[in-house]
Formats: sequence, C-alpha cells, structure tokens
Amino acid sequence: MSESKWSLKRIIELYDQIISQPHRTEIARELRDEDDLFMLLLFSEMVGIPNPVFYYTLELYPVMLEKFHDWHLRMGMEKSPLSGIRCC
Amino acid sequence: MSGIILAVIGMVVFALGYRYYSKFIAEKIYRLDPTYQTPAHKFKDGVDFVPTNKFVLWGHHFTSVAGAAPIVGPAIAVYWGWLPAFLWVVLGTVFAAGVHDFGALVLSVRNKGQSVGTIAHKLIGRRAKLLFLFIILLLVLMVNAVFAWVIANLFIKFPASVLSVFIQIPLAIWIGYWVYKKQGNMLLPSLAALATMYLAAIVASYVEPLQIDLIGYFGGEGSTVMGMTATSMAFFVWIIILMIYVYIASTLPVWKLLQPRDYINSHQLVVGLLILYLGLLFSNPTISAPATNTEADVPWFPLLFITIACGAISGFHGLVSSGTSSKQLDKETDARFVGYLGAVGEGTLALVAIIATVTFFGSTADFTAVYSSFGAASSEGLGVFVQGAAKLATGLAIPPEVASTIVSVIIVSFAATTLDTSVRLMRYIISEIGSEYNVNSLGNKHVATTIAVVSSAALVLIPEGPKGFGSGGYLLWPLFGTSNQLLAGITLLLVSFWLRNQGRNYAPTMIPMIFLLFMTLWAMTSQVFGKWNVFGGSEPSGLLFTFGSIIWIFAIWILIEALILFNKKDKELPTD
Repeated sequence: MSESKWSLKRIIELYDQIISQPHRTEIARELRDEDDLFMLLLFSEMVGIPNPVFYYTLELYPVMLEKFHDWHLRMGMEKSPLSGIRCC
Repeated sequence: MSGIILAVIGMVVFALGYRYYSKFIAEKIYRLDPTYQTPAHKFKDGVDFVPTNKFVLWGHHFTSVAGAAPIVGPAIAVYWGWLPAFLWVVLGTVFAAGVHDFGALVLSVRNKGQSVGTIAHKLIGRRAKLLFLFIILLLVLMVNAVFAWVIANLFIKFPASVLSVFIQIPLAIWIGYWVYKKQGNMLLPSLAALATMYLAAIVASYVEPLQIDLIGYFGGEGSTVMGMTATSMAFFVWIIILMIYVYIASTLPVWKLLQPRDYINSHQLVVGLLILYLGLLFSNPTISAPATNTEADVPWFPLLFITIACGAISGFHGLVSSGTSSKQLDKETDARFVGYLGAVGEGTLALVAIIATVTFFGSTADFTAVYSSFGAASSEGLGVFVQGAAKLATGLAIPPEVASTIVSVIIVSFAATTLDTSVRLMRYIISEIGSEYNVNSLGNKHVATTIAVVSSAALVLIPEGPKGFGSGGYLLWPLFGTSNQLLAGITLLLVSFWLRNQGRNYAPTMIPMIFLLFMTLWAMTSQVFGKWNVFGGSEPSGLLFTFGSIIWIFAIWILIEALILFNKKDKELPTD
C-alpha cells in the first residue's frame, strides 16, 4: 500500500516537473536579467556612471568577482571591459 | 475493420521502431557515449543549461512539439483513403521523424548545445543563415495564416467553445502572476483552471446564450464584408479579433501569458490523448472510410507527403531538439529516449487523428460525400476530426455535444498557443533580418510585431479565386507542410554531413533527406508549374504560384548546398 502511494506521488511529482520545466527556465532568466542590471549598478563607477554609494558597493567586489566573467560574456563583451579585473 | 486494430498495429510498429531501429541508430550510427560530458553539465548556468531527468525532458519536449498540426494534416490526408495516411504516419515516424529529431538532438549536444541554424551558419556561412531565416519566416507566416483560419473556423462551427477559450486567458495570466510573484506551485491552480474551462464548456454546450455565435449576431451566413462575395462577416471579425489578441499576447513577456497557457495546455494534451485512446477502446468503432481513394481529383503521390508533415516528419522538431532540449540533456544516451520517443509521441497523436476521422462516418458513401474533392477535404477535415473525436468520447459516456465542444476547445487552445509563439518567432526573425541588412527600425518590438500581424492577416484574408476573401487559409496547408519538410531536410543534411565526417554510415539520415527533397521538389514542380501557374496553368492562382515558387527555389537552393557541402572534402564540422 505504502509502495503504491509512493509511486503515485512520484508520478505526480514527475508530471509537475514536466509542466513547470519551461516556466522555471523563464523565471530563472527574468531573475538573471534583474541580477545583471543590479550588477551594472554595482559596477557603474568603473564603467563611467557616477555611483553615490560606490564606497559601499566596493565591499561587495569579492562576492561579485566570481560572477563577473559570466556577466560580461552575457553582456556581449568577450573580454573583461575593466582593466582592474582580469578574469580573461 | 475496427479502429482498434489500426491503433494496435501502429503502436506495435512504433514500439518495434523504438526497441530495434532507434537502438541500432544509437549504437551504430550516432554512437552515443554515456561518459560524454553534455552541454547541460559543461555550461551549467541554472537557466538554459540544466541537467534534467530524461522523463521530465521527454515530457517537456513532447508537449513543445505536439500541437494542432499533427491533427489537421491527417484529417485532410485521409482524403486518399486511410491506408496511405496510416502508412506514411507510421513509417515516417519510425524511419524519418525519429531519426531526424534524435539526430538534431545529438548534433546539437556534440556542438555545445547550439541550434541547427547556428551550426548551418558555421558550416556553410552567411548564405545558410539567410536560407534558414527565410525558410523559417515563410514557415511562421504560413503557420499564422493557417492557424488563424483554423481557430476562426472552429469558433464558427462550434460556438460553444468560444467562452472556454477566452476564459483561459485571464486564468493563465493569474496563474503566471501567482507563480512569478508569489512563488506558488502551478499544478493545482492550473488543474483548477482546466476544470473551470471544461465546466464553462459543458454549461455553454447546453445554454445557448453562452454560445458566442457571430454568424447569428451578424445576421446569418449571407452577411459578408462590405457586400463582397464569399467571406462571411463572422470569419472576418474573428480574424480581426484574433490578430488583435495575438499582437498583445506576443508582445507580453512569456511568463505572463504564453507559459501559463502552455501548462494548462499540457494537461489538455493528456486529457485529449486519454479521451481519444480510451474512447477508442471502449467504443470500438468501425472504419467507414475506404482504404484507398480510386477517384481522387489530385494524386496522392507526392502530395500526401507534404499534406502530413507534423506526425510523420517535421522540421520544427529540429528547432526544439537543438534549441532547448539539447541544453538540458543529462546524459548523451538519454537522447534516444527524448528525441526518438518525442517523435513517436507525435506519431501517436497523428495516428489517433486518422482513426477519429475515418471512423466517424456511418458508411463509405457518407465519407465520400464529405471528402468529395481535395478542396472539400481541406476545408472540412478538421471539423470531421472534431466530430469523430466526439464520437470516440461517447465511448466514455460523455454526451456528444459536450465532447465536441471540449475537443474543439483543446484544438483551439493548441492552435492559439502555436499562433502566439509563431508571431513572436516571426517578430524575432524580422528583427534579425533587419540587423543583417542594417534596417534598425525593424529591431523595434512594435514595428516588427505590426509587420508580422498585418502580413499574417493579409495572407489569411487574401481574396483568392472564386471563394473570395479568407479562402487562403486552408489552401496554404500543403505549402506549410512543404516548408516544414524543407527545414527537416536542412537538419538531416547537417546530421548526414557530420556522420560522413566521422567516417560512419550516413544512409539512415541521408535517405530520408533525399526522400523529403525529392517529394517536395516533385510536388512543387507539378503544382507550381502545372496547376497554379498564372501563365497558363490548369487552376491559376497568384497566391499559391508566388509562395510555391519561393519554396521551389528554396528546395533547389538546399539541393545545391548539399552538393557543394558533400563535394568539399576539407570542410570540417565544428564538432568535438
């Protein structure tokens, strides 16, 4: 009994995953777009846009550096646009 | 003969095809490697590249490729009798579609998850990219015209279905919002939405004021647009409403409307297949259509092969295989399950569409009275399928009037999502062509969408022959099939080339490719130059002549590219 209950649950889970798969991708894409914009705001000083909170965003650099390479690739720049960050 | 026998034979052939032929292709031809690191792992980003369970990926792949097209084609093609349509669907799925979908998936996996278009660009150059863009542009333009025609006609024939289809829109928007903003689960709300839609369909089937019957509103069938002949006011108004809807829907972000609709439609696909196959099992209908039509006014050979595209082989699947599924494949060996069985899934849909259509009539005479000519088959086929499917549903004790409304709702929902996606795709292609030729204004979302919507509306409403405004839709169906086959031809060409470069046997992909190109060229040559020729053809038609000629030129173009490609010994396919 418990085995068949588990199976039914598994089937429903699988079915749920199938129908939600494309949606999950789109939501991840939307969130990534928002993140990309946020990244631009954080790095704005280095690309020539004045940033009043530059001092604070500077502290985030160690965290952001890991994501920086993928970000500039997505933005259509094959090489790092910032001479200070030599990721590639 | 019983319809069940046809279904069983079809299923057995599909099963054998999967068990033996796809195994042979996987092991000897594509040589899948379970240790190969797929793009989903290599470029894992949590968005496009995500390793996915093969059952989930198959389900996603199948729901992306299945739509109204594998229903419309067979419903028309049974005009030549059930046997040719049945054989083409079953054998086409096993030997052409399966190999094509599976091949596109493997080729893309071995090329960093790139799409077929990008691979063609790398291999042949800018020329191939433009060829690809123009064929897809033609394909989506025809999809828009044909599916707008399908929806408008179903709304007119089955007015009880209108309410449900329009209820789906706000429900989908609400679910989209719920999932996106509130991070809610989509299974229960989408099932509730489905239940609401079907409840509306049931109520509307019995309560006449809820049936949106535009023919009645505009004063009967005789009411035409500004007194012009043939096209009813109702058809014209439906096309305008659909085009306005599709403009709005295709410019919204996909998560707002398109995707929530898609997962309601995934339930509908399951419901539809269950109703049809279980209904078939319980009602055990007899095939009333003849096995072959000896008095056909157009020859089945080669037109059958372009009338049924989706369900036997469809180039659109290659776009899905290489566009999304290849980026999510966990192990390379899963490609057989996802790609080949995805094509088989579509084959089962086409198979049941044939059965529903050929078992609907009480006698062979009734069948031939409706399917009196190819033109009649093209315009009536879909309506016959809906009624045939409703007849099968009565095997599950569903009243026929409710069943026909629900089947009609299912088909319209599929067609509307296809229309939405295809207008969106057309917008992207117009922008892409704009950037190729430095026309920056085409990059604007609204400019590109306006061009897409206006040209599609013009095509479906174009005055054609004695039938006047709006007869363009179903006439274009074989041309839609042809452009779809050409797209499949390009994919098979690329896969064959890859196999040749690897020093393997490329006959399993090359033979279907030659077959497709041969049939397309033959059909187009006979139709364009013999029948539709405006300079002395038997049935001159400016519209069909123009589109047919363009397709003919594309087919020749592909043939030339194939010859060039296979003569270049030094050209390397960028595979790893």
